Amino acid sequence: MKAGRYGVYGGQYMPETLMSALIELEETYRRISADPEFSRRLDWYLREYAGRETPLTYCTNISRELGCRVYLKREDLLHGGAHKLNNTLGQALMAKFMGKRRLIAETGAGQHGVATAIAGAALGLPVDVYMGEVDTRRQALNAFRMELLGARVIPVASGTRTLKDAINAAMRDWVTNLGSTHYLLGSCVGPHPFPRIVRDFQSVIGEEARRQVLEREGRLPDTVVACVGGGSNAIGIFSPFVDDDVALVGVEAGGAGLDTPRHGASLSAGSVGVFQGALSYLLQDADGQALETHSVAAGLDHPSVGPEHAMLKDTGRVRYEAVTDAEALAAFRYLSRAEGIIPALESAHAVAYALRSAGDLDRDGILVVNLSGRGDKDVADVAQIRGGAA
Amino acid sequence: MSRIAELFARKNPVFIGFAVAGDPDGETSLRVAKTMIDAGVDLLEVAVPYADPVADGPMIERAHVRALEAGTTPDAVFALVRQVREYAPDLPIVLFTYYNIIYRRGADRFFADAAAAGADGVLIVDLPVEESDEAAPAARRHGIDRIALIAPTTSPERRRAILRDASGFVYLISLEGVTGERDRLSPDIAGLVGAVREGTALPLAVGFGISSPEHVRAVVAAGADGVIVGSALVRLVEERLGDEAGMHDALRTAIGAMLRVLVPEREPDIPGRESIEG
Repeated sequence: MKAGRYGVYGGQYMPETLMSALIELEETYRRISADPEFSRRLDWYLREYAGRETPLTYCTNISRELGCRVYLKREDLLHGGAHKLNNTLGQALMAKFMGKRRLIAETGAGQHGVATAIAGAALGLPVDVYMGEVDTRRQALNAFRMELLGARVIPVASGTRTLKDAINAAMRDWVTNLGSTHYLLGSCVGPHPFPRIVRDFQSVIGEEARRQVLEREGRLPDTVVACVGGGSNAIGIFSPFVDDDVALVGVEAGGAGLDTPRHGASLSAGSVGVFQGALSYLLQDADGQALETHSVAAGLDHPSVGPEHAMLKDTGRVRYEAVTDAEALAAFRYLSRAEGIIPALESAHAVAYALRSAGDLDRDGILVVNLSGRGDKDVADVAQIRGGAA
Repeated sequence: MSRIAELFARKNPVFIGFAVAGDPDGETSLRVAKTMIDAGVDLLEVAVPYADPVADGPMIERAHVRALEAGTTPDAVFALVRQVREYAPDLPIVLFTYYNIIYRRGADRFFADAAAAGADGVLIVDLPVEESDEAAPAARRHGIDRIALIAPTTSPERRRAILRDASGFVYLISLEGVTGERDRLSPDIAGLVGAVREGTALPLAVGFGISSPEHVRAVVAAGADGVIVGSALVRLVEERLGDEAGMHDALRTAIGAMLRVLVPEREPDIPGRESIEG
């Protein structure tokens, strides 16, 4: 396998101007991976600042109803309310070790932007966040939250004015300011070494979950489920289980249904293509232009997916399923009532698949669902969708 | 000898003009190309519209969007190239494209179609040398030059690897950044030209940010064999979308002004003047 490749996927499809920065990043990452001082400091931030480890919660009520043993990995309890901070703290610290003086990031729903703003504030690095103009309106509260945390939000008015255009804009900023700036990419997408770096920083989720479930149950789970947009929370929880006899299921945004054009399921319904620096599955037209996507969960509303997921799909090691907006909304309400936990709409996709598939397991079967974020950010939207009634 | 090699052998420095195919629509775009050729452009760079042009600044991105909204597909681009080829049989034409357009069509088919349409070279802006295993042999098979890009940030080792693989001419990126007009050029273009010159006999053209006759003069003084102007011409199209006659006049005037700096003795040949005089 070539460096930076997952099977045939991945690579570095980037303008020449950026290649030196990617090479520098690769070298720095190799260096800090072996640096005990880096590990010690990251460990401190994750534990003392972010609140790791997060619990693996046994869900009594759901388990009784579904007839198997259901655990939630509680990334919703991480500081900032989602798994995103695992990656932003790691990369922000790495930027410090590289001598960079400024962070830039893209954000769709705003979660990664908020997590970058938090990491920048904690580590004393100024942060500029690119956000599609449409998203700055849809997610005005998160835009304000970023500003409160000291970041500058830069609305992007080009293209479809959403996440993919925010990534394009951040790339352009990076090309122009390579010496001073680290581009803190938020998911396991983009050119090598980003997919690898993001996976490694998110793998703490799976490492903890594996240890916790072994302590609790004395054995590994039967199934691990996570939602997949770009795929960072999923690759984070899957990675430490890949060599185990554990079923892994990634759940994509089925939107209005895979028989319509309104979804974000690049693995289930896309084809292979190069997008924003990597070869992976992509929702594209016959000429290779990325299509507009849709999901009720803004964090899953993206035309492509991390290249490692593309490989895991082809090898069959991970099964990828799609859940519709309606199923995700039902799961959002269900988990809120059944366990008193409001999940992010993204995470609700994983919950919805668990509800759909629980019948496959017997009473002793163990199901771990990655609850990648909390749903406070979605409450207003869901209220609107339901016409105000809970 | 290829049209590109023939051009650089005959003329130095050369003036390279850039347009996005289908901007603002197919028919106007063909007329824009003809105006650029009549005004004295030596080599035409034609961009294939792409929805996510990460190497381009806002000006050229808007041109991509206009072209896509007008329905410009890769097939339409090849049709445009065919028409330009008929209009100017000796003019070198280079396609400027993002890689997924090629990947999706299949590299062999893309380069076959490009050759059949009459293109001489292809510049793939997001395909570094490490990733060109598939495109490079396909381009060679169909006799298409693959124009290499070298940036100020490219290390000497990478430069060597890139130049081993290059043909036609080498495109030097003048600055760290995306395409787009700049007030001032990077101060060390001469250094870049000199460093690359040591590693290749191919002609060197400089682009990104070149937007005025003064910039053109500076690039030529730096020792380049060619100068590439993109955003400054695309802007003239964008500013005169409702006034096509004005658009062509502005293009003729701007290209004429830059050509006068390039080769003052060519002044009498500037076709922009013919329309006034005759």
